[in-house]
Amino acid sequence: MSVPLTLLGLLEREPSHGYDLKRDYDAFFGRGKPLPFGQVYSTLSRLARDGKVVISDVAPGSGPDRKRYIITDVGATEVEQWLTQPVEPEPHLQTVLFAKVVLALMLDRPAGEYLDTQRSAHLRRMRELTEVKRAGSLVDALLADHGLYHLEADLRWIEMTGARLDALRKEVRP
Amino acid sequence: MGPSGSGKSTLLHCLAGILVPDSGEILFDGARVDAMAETERSSLRRDRFGFVFQFGQLVPELTAVENVALPLLLSGVRRTRALSKAGAWFERLGLDGLEQRRSGELSGGQAQRVALARGLVAEPQVLFADEPTGALDSLTGEQVMDLLVSAAREQGTTVILVTHEPRIAAYADREVMVRDGRVNAPDRIAS
Repeated sequence: MSVPLTLLGLLEREPSHGYDLKRDYDAFFGRGKPLPFGQVYSTLSRLARDGKVVISDVAPGSGPDRKRYIITDVGATEVEQWLTQPVEPEPHLQTVLFAKVVLALMLDRPAGEYLDTQRSAHLRRMRELTEVKRAGSLVDALLADHGLYHLEADLRWIEMTGARLDALRKEVRP
Repeated sequence: MGPSGSGKSTLLHCLAGILVPDSGEILFDGARVDAMAETERSSLRRDRFGFVFQFGQLVPELTAVENVALPLLLSGVRRTRALSKAGAWFERLGLDGLEQRRSGELSGGQAQRVALARGLVAEPQVLFADEPTGALDSLTGEQVMDLLVSAAREQGTTVILVTHEPRIAAYADREVMVRDGRVNAPDRIAS
């Protein structure tokens, strides 16, 4: 999650105070990991320094939330590019799981049991996410689904690997 | 859960008293299901178990509401009462207005929800479901699972479900892995 780009995107809706941005970020993107105020303001300062936002007006009084931020053309172009360009697909070719299985085989440890334990942990997490999905809003459900599909992909890999441990053992312990 | 051909469905059929296992015991409510005579197992299945299969397996000659009423009719409930009890499930499962359709006039998701209603209408103690979402797309499958879990929880029905899809298994409180005809870690209970 790119915090600067997300804040810029939120600013493209309308000029906002730092507080509004934090509130909306936490509601839609924070999910149990709220954005600290300090990070909101340091990010906005950097965006202002780089000419992606400007400060529109400063209300009288003290404290950091007197300022209202407006996105600039440079900022809007950056948001546009970010949204239209695909995210780099990450194949996760060298996962921790892979390393553990290969090392377990090299060290003559019970790789199959490690995979079983991992499968249980994955399924447990999937049950938790399924409960979140059933109890929550559509936003919660879609976020939970993203997690569920990734965990499911891991599980498929675990099944495939589990079925080929003997062959893999021969290859890594010649 | 487990891969295709691992023996999941065979296990389910044994538990449900459809098949008799070559060895081992099946206990339900203190009674040996595997030792029962076929007639006894048949009444157990009719009166205390419900079933949902991968392809709804609705009776094509009957309307949707008659299909749902079937288990009640088979246990001797009067037709009017059975149909009214069956009809109540249509709103609950978002099937309003489809009562008089035949299975050929229902989408896969609708047919599977009708099959789910048929499995639960007699308030069975155990619902056996064999890949109930196997023929559905992901979203429809999850909707069916959501309804299944809600309805089963509401009426206190235990669900024993066979699937090879982890996302479907994640609706359960506990998983049993079957591989090459063997049960793996049967006692692992969800925390």
